[in-house]
Amino acid sequence: MGPSTNERSLITPYRRHAAGTQPPAPYEPYKSTIKRSPTKPLIFLPHTLSEVTGPLFGEDAIAENDNDLTRHYPGEPQGERIIVTGRVLDSNGRPVPQALIEIWQANAAGRYRHAKDQHPAPVDPNFGGCGRTLTDDNGSYRFVTIAPGAYPWFNHYNAWRPRHIHLSLFGRAFLTRLVTQMYFPDDPLFPYDPIFNSIPDEKARQRMICKFDMETTQPQWALGYKFNIILRGPEQTPFET
Amino acid sequence: MDFVPTASQTVGPFFRIGLTEKYSKPCIAAPQAKGERVGLSVRVLDGDGAPVNDALIEIWQADASGKYKHPDDPQSKTSDPGCDGFGRLGTDEQGHCQFDTIKPGRVPGPGNALQAPHLNVAVFARGMLKQFYTRIYFAGDPANQQDPVLALVPAERRETLVAQSDPTQPGFWRFEMHLQGEGETVFFDV
Repeated sequence: MGPSTNERSLITPYRRHAAGTQPPAPYEPYKSTIKRSPTKPLIFLPHTLSEVTGPLFGEDAIAENDNDLTRHYPGEPQGERIIVTGRVLDSNGRPVPQALIEIWQANAAGRYRHAKDQHPAPVDPNFGGCGRTLTDDNGSYRFVTIAPGAYPWFNHYNAWRPRHIHLSLFGRAFLTRLVTQMYFPDDPLFPYDPIFNSIPDEKARQRMICKFDMETTQPQWALGYKFNIILRGPEQTPFET
Repeated sequence: MDFVPTASQTVGPFFRIGLTEKYSKPCIAAPQAKGERVGLSVRVLDGDGAPVNDALIEIWQADASGKYKHPDDPQSKTSDPGCDGFGRLGTDEQGHCQFDTIKPGRVPGPGNALQAPHLNVAVFARGMLKQFYTRIYFAGDPANQQDPVLALVPAERRETLVAQSDPTQPGFWRFEMHLQGEGETVFFDV
């Protein structure tokens, strides 16, 4: 939007989420939500300039090879090399350029390089497990990494997380902020994972699973996966609030 | 194809490796930024009053003139290059983190009313499947009385959105975020 002719607040509000497409709070099967969720109803906030603006990032936010997690150490990490590509679009189907995507994940053995991860699986000296990139003008992004392993946690007896990569995205506004997890096709742990199953809507849940993609797959090098991400988009008509 | 926004999932217990080990940002406004300096302590507590030692706090704010560093801010004034407007930190074992910034100016709000100076806050954590949004206002600011967003909040809960100044340290403010229970902080459906 261009500058308005006066100092009034001409803003375009953003679309709200459809019922069932986002997780509830609390969600009892995921035990840590119980003491960490508000008990009083959220207060509906009509969007103001404060919500529809947000931090924007440029090329200075990323360094060479930030999006190739296999090249952050002198040696090659262990595990299955993969390429993850996709597009970031808004809920109007428009590409979101210059979106900052940050990822973090466990290594091939299911261990995070984090002091509090006590899973007795080996740390890989050649794998840090985090990276970042910016989408291009088309909203496209690309990471090279290692397929993460499944790992146990303490939510319930014999609890295991399906293999996943954590993704954090900044779109154009503070309210488009998204942290999610990308899962892999046909994971046998899906029926048992309360985090995955916290999304009531079946389609919305399935959209968190990436797709194997032969076109992205590189011969003699790495399997490819596609994962498109949708951020909230503005309502079509700006109006004066 | 429908373009339904991707579902949110928790940041989990290990977000530090991706988000704050290398990319934390305690300084929201540089020393040369215009405006009254603010040291802001944020503490996050769960429903038992226990510190949340693995929360991620993100803050977005306007500069001292009430202008956001963003092309969708239609105000004709220019933004202060010293004020980036964005900060983020993970909480420590006491559930605490501390930002360095300036008090923002008043920005336009609904109904052509100006909003009182405020910081926009998002909190993420293990045990939160999505972020919660809240705001931090400044105790004693007369503009709080006319703020259109505070007016949406039941009067008895408004205090939960207000940082208190530390009488022993000028320019230092404290904000306690109670995720639930006694004095539960107001969170917004944004």
